[in-house]
Amino acid sequence: MSLVDLTAVSFAYGRGRTVLDGIDLRIEAGRNLGIVGESGSGKTTMLRLLLGLARPSSGQVSFRGAPLDPGDRSFMRGFRRAVQAVFQDPYSSLDPRQKIADIIAEPLRSLKIATDVEAAVTEALASVDLPLDAASRYPHEFSGGQRQRIAIARAIVSQPELVLADEVVSALDLTTRIRIVELLKALSAKTTLVLVSHDIGFVALLCQDLVILEKGRIVEQGAARDILSAPQHPYTQRLLESTPRLPEFA
Amino acid sequence: MGNLLTIENMSIRHTGRLLVSGVSLSVTAGERVGLIGESGSGKSLTALAAIGLLPEGMTAEGSVLLADRQVIGAADRDVVGLRGTAVATIFQEPLTALDPLMRIGDQIAEVLRRRARRDGRSVSRADVATEVSALMARVALPDPVRLARAYPHEMSGGQRQRAAIAMALACRPSLLIADEPTTALDVTTQAEVLRLLETLVREENMGLLFISHDLPVVGTAVDRVLVLRAGELVEEGPVAEVFGRPRHPYTVGLVEAARAFDQAIGAAL
Amino acid sequence: MTDATPALAPATSTRVTPAFLVGATLVGLHVVVGLLTLIWTPYDPTAMTGGRLAPPSLAHWAGTDRLGRDLFTEIMVGARIALSVGIGAVAIASAIGVTVGLLAAFASRTVDDVLAATLDILIAFPTLLLAMLIVAASDGASLGTAILAIGIASSSIVARLTRILARRVLAMDYITAARVSGTGWLGIVRIHVLPNIWPTLIVNFALQFGLAVIAEASLSYLGLGAPPPNASWGRLLQEAQATVYTAPFGAVAPGIALVSLVIGLNLFADGLRDVADPTRRRR
Repeated sequence: MSLVDLTAVSFAYGRGRTVLDGIDLRIEAGRNLGIVGESGSGKTTMLRLLLGLARPSSGQVSFRGAPLDPGDRSFMRGFRRAVQAVFQDPYSSLDPRQKIADIIAEPLRSLKIATDVEAAVTEALASVDLPLDAASRYPHEFSGGQRQRIAIARAIVSQPELVLADEVVSALDLTTRIRIVELLKALSAKTTLVLVSHDIGFVALLCQDLVILEKGRIVEQGAARDILSAPQHPYTQRLLESTPRLPEFA
Repeated sequence: MGNLLTIENMSIRHTGRLLVSGVSLSVTAGERVGLIGESGSGKSLTALAAIGLLPEGMTAEGSVLLADRQVIGAADRDVVGLRGTAVATIFQEPLTALDPLMRIGDQIAEVLRRRARRDGRSVSRADVATEVSALMARVALPDPVRLARAYPHEMSGGQRQRAAIAMALACRPSLLIADEPTTALDVTTQAEVLRLLETLVREENMGLLFISHDLPVVGTAVDRVLVLRAGELVEEGPVAEVFGRPRHPYTVGLVEAARAFDQAIGAAL
Repeated sequence: MTDATPALAPATSTRVTPAFLVGATLVGLHVVVGLLTLIWTPYDPTAMTGGRLAPPSLAHWAGTDRLGRDLFTEIMVGARIALSVGIGAVAIASAIGVTVGLLAAFASRTVDDVLAATLDILIAFPTLLLAMLIVAASDGASLGTAILAIGIASSSIVARLTRILARRVLAMDYITAARVSGTGWLGIVRIHVLPNIWPTLIVNFALQFGLAVIAEASLSYLGLGAPPPNASWGRLLQEAQATVYTAPFGAVAPGIALVSLVIGLNLFADGLRDVADPTRRRR
């Protein structure tokens, strides 16, 4: 079943610059999708469109086959509950003046999800491997990696079907990064992930499907295995060649 | 004529807290040395201490010999002369190194004129202009004539870092310190800048101290690597040895993590 | 516990500076005196209790005015007036200013540009001049009119500050996260924007309080404030002006009262800034 679709979507600022051009994209439940692009590729705009935070200049964004309608409150509530997000900068994505429990509970409260909030927060904290006493503390008491875990807990507390992750490991150290990858891998058993990133290695670890974006257009899309083993588009080839790897030492 | 940079048993303190402890390293001409560490490891502080630019309130002990001159304890005016002659530094964010209100060409020219003044030479405006163009071509900045008239904000991140490298080269340093020089760049741009650095260091026979958290990047950029963790060196040696047969558990963890990402792409290749 | 308190608590120790203590003491003194006048004053503030323009004595600590009223009593009552003006004006300025500032911060580009330009023009007028115009436009000088005028006149400064602070908060990722979480605009203001801009606003309110006290004294001095027999410090100063060479104490005492309250408020505001400034966001 397709969760979110972009159909012939374009996005431009005012009359000016076109950021996205003729995007067709289908996000299917159970298949993690990686959206790979460098700066200026339009990947951030695409994420905003997928989250319903921006509206396309032309084309359509739909959720479970129905077009996204910001005016329809109960439809949007269902959409928000099903589609959550984690952002790049764990320092900016948590309100410094809120307790962790309140941060994680925000989707439950705002979407008026009838549930035992405290129990749900406890469960979310447990699934991101944070101690329970974190609930009563404030963001500044946590490291970058821990903050990213809190952000992930907020994203999964409403038990969404889809979690969009925007460069979630870019700001983290390598050892922290690999642990977040493991966490995301565990989560993807329950929920579908869309990873937006410039880091093809990170995306390849978690995604079955890939979309390669360059200057607002999809230059290649398909199964990650195929694209990585036989990149067709010159840009994809260049991207793969440029990605630094540890040399092999026999 | 010995090492370009010799750090011996250097420690850095901030209000009693030990941030870097007993670090020793050296860089000789033509040698490319990598300093690896995660955030808070003290790798950038080590670089700053090497050029006598520790932030206010931090103190260094031990010995830092830069072009055979002791940096620790030296008066700032004695070290100023070394920065920009013996050593040049490029940082992660080139914007911080560039004057936002000055055209790129003028900024490079300024460095050239300063060097000429120090050497007691007089240079003509035409000579400077020629050398600026040559330097910009050297760092593969496209269309040097047009870009020389550009302000930093009018350039892309990669172009700015190239411009910063051109300014560093204008000093004719024997040692280049690069602190996360490609971290802010796109992957494809990063690959270009790394290639550029490699060529320049080889052709100018400079020493390179390359500081980064990114193992694959360091692995391609240097010959010898030191691993810093929480202010202490845990392992050092040739790249092939440290990354091929890491001994310290911390390095083992780092290498395994890096390999995991590589394999995700590489396995399919 | 309000939303604003927690971030003040842990990690960095709450630094209470000596200046803050001095400020708080001065302000507290005025508050105590002002409240006291509601139930007790040394003399009836309007009664003629001694000789005219008598110098300070044991019976009349600050002397008497030209009608023989006890100056110390009048200054005590003046504290109550000054504080009411400060509270009233800051309440009005913050109600208008915070609302307009938030609207501007949330508004579309064009609306925001218009509002911002309007605020800049209003701020270009001195608060006192604006307040004088408002008093002149109303049907007569009274304490209420003075409060309203000062409140309206200083609201543009609060609005501009609110707009800048709110914009900074709205640019943070946690606002995007809140939108994704389904939090509406009102919720975002209540849960995220206000708690984060509050500490800085409070500091500004303390400063505005001091400015309002001065503005009221100036209005009264010009005869545009609370009319007699309200013992505004400004009016006391104005009355003392005629006799400043023969009976200087008439000007000195209300002057000290005014200056001590304003200095107290400024020190208090500075101290609040140290305690409440939400600068350490990282770590």
